[in-house]
Amino acid sequence: MKKVHVQKYLLTILGIVLSLIWISPFYIILVNSFKTKLELFTNTLSLPKSLMLDNYKTAAANLNLSEAFSNTLIITVFSILIIAIFSSMTAYALQRVKKKSSVIIYMIFTVAMLIPFQSVMIPLVAEFGKFHFLTRSGLVFMYLGFGSSLGVFLYYGALKGIPTSLDEAALIDGCSRFRIYWNIILPLLNPTTITLAVLDIMWIWNDYLLPSLVINKVGSRTLPLMIFYFFSQYTKQWNLGMAGLTIAILPVVIFYFLAQRKLVTAIIAGAVKQ
Amino acid sequence: MIKKAKFFKNGIWYWLFIAPTLLSLIIVVLIPFIIGIYYSFTDWNGINQPVFIGLKNFIALKGDTEFWNSIFFTAKFAVACIVIINVVGLSFAMLVTRKIFARNFMRTAFYLPNLIGGLILGFIWNFIFVDVFQTISDATHIGWLGGWLSTTNTGFWGLVIVTSWQMIGYVMVIYIAYIESIPTDLIEASKIDGANSWQQFRNVVFPLIAPAFTVSLFITLSNSFKLFDQNLSLTAGAPGNTTQMITLNIYQTAFSAQEMAVGQAKAVIMFLIIAVISIIQVYLTQKREVEM
Repeated sequence: MKKVHVQKYLLTILGIVLSLIWISPFYIILVNSFKTKLELFTNTLSLPKSLMLDNYKTAAANLNLSEAFSNTLIITVFSILIIAIFSSMTAYALQRVKKKSSVIIYMIFTVAMLIPFQSVMIPLVAEFGKFHFLTRSGLVFMYLGFGSSLGVFLYYGALKGIPTSLDEAALIDGCSRFRIYWNIILPLLNPTTITLAVLDIMWIWNDYLLPSLVINKVGSRTLPLMIFYFFSQYTKQWNLGMAGLTIAILPVVIFYFLAQRKLVTAIIAGAVKQ
Repeated sequence: MIKKAKFFKNGIWYWLFIAPTLLSLIIVVLIPFIIGIYYSFTDWNGINQPVFIGLKNFIALKGDTEFWNSIFFTAKFAVACIVIINVVGLSFAMLVTRKIFARNFMRTAFYLPNLIGGLILGFIWNFIFVDVFQTISDATHIGWLGGWLSTTNTGFWGLVIVTSWQMIGYVMVIYIAYIESIPTDLIEASKIDGANSWQQFRNVVFPLIAPAFTVSLFITLSNSFKLFDQNLSLTAGAPGNTTQMITLNIYQTAFSAQEMAVGQAKAVIMFLIIAVISIIQVYLTQKREVEM
């Protein structure tokens, strides 16, 4: 038994050392975000001499932080709302009505997941530009188009587990289809909605390429876009850069600690889809 | 029976429920996809009226060494990532599923990088490779830590490290789910039969987590081929476009050089690569399901 104990201790130590090495980049960013440029170059790995917030002030001002943050938040929230509502409605119609068109449409949604973004982005931007739709609402609509496949797929799977007798009973009572969906089915789909929301938050909040092609104008840029501009402007001003990165990382890390348990379910569900 | 018939008869509600997502899918994905295939056979530059020129774009790609380098670079990158991410991800999963102290802290630590967008990850590691590595190299005189990202080779491994750091936590979570679903009495039984740790892993654990291996392998593979943000913020193709991956090459061709039709032809080739990967995956997954 002693041998097993020693092995366990060694594994624990190994695991802790590995974890600390694994998150050391976060340490490096954080400590350097409080240093002056000179201090950063002389003591890259040490703790800062003082908790100076000047870098944060400059970075927040240059990132247009409040504007970029609210842009990102609005786009993420609206996209996820319409993806969740519309794709659950679609999945409900496709799963409950058994006929040729529902099978074919469901197949179109799943096959569309194979198309990589890069093979549609050039015509997409050109066409939307023609109709002057390269705006924030245009972007939200695009997220619906790109996100609906996964949404329909996940909801369709969940709906198989909800008995149709519920619908039938409500229909006999004279409920309309929309009321059945809204009052009975949608609340039962909550776990799937959370899974989908977690996956889509991580995708849309961090997305760079699509917004860079669609809303690359002063005033409507998202956080990832502002970070990109910030770094092209301040190459080598790493002390400011580290403060900017800390600001960008913070919301995601907070989100992670709030949604930790749901996240694992979401990853598994998302992985199976691939 | 009448009620039942009414229930299954689809009315206008059926199409109303489907319309919003189907229309957005058609407008955002399907139409651009089809137009894109058409554009790849034209001389379109983003401004002119496209004229059909047949296979000229594809034939011209034969001499585009930068494009083929980017495909070769991406393929090499994918192989390195698949091996590293799956080996380390599985090892981490094995470690944190043992009943050891602080295992939840370890899971959180290993998963954390996966939350952060590729663009930001690239900038973080740009600083680490260029400044921190250089500082350590100057202090300790370890030669290979100096000059990172200034050569093709260090750019390649830099990209592999960033992507692995991000993806290992994700793959770990998938392996954990499969490992935790293994019935404990199977492990107990193998212990009673006198199996050592390696035999236990090889003959009991590994066959049961094989499906996780397929899933993780293909996620890593297709993510490697679609990688863009990390490439842009870490190396941006430097030095001299030698660390450019397929997606960055397509992007530069279309939006920097304004050769929209050529970029689109490359995008069609990229689609074919991804499609082949996916078809192989579906085939393998179905084959396993049949065997089981």
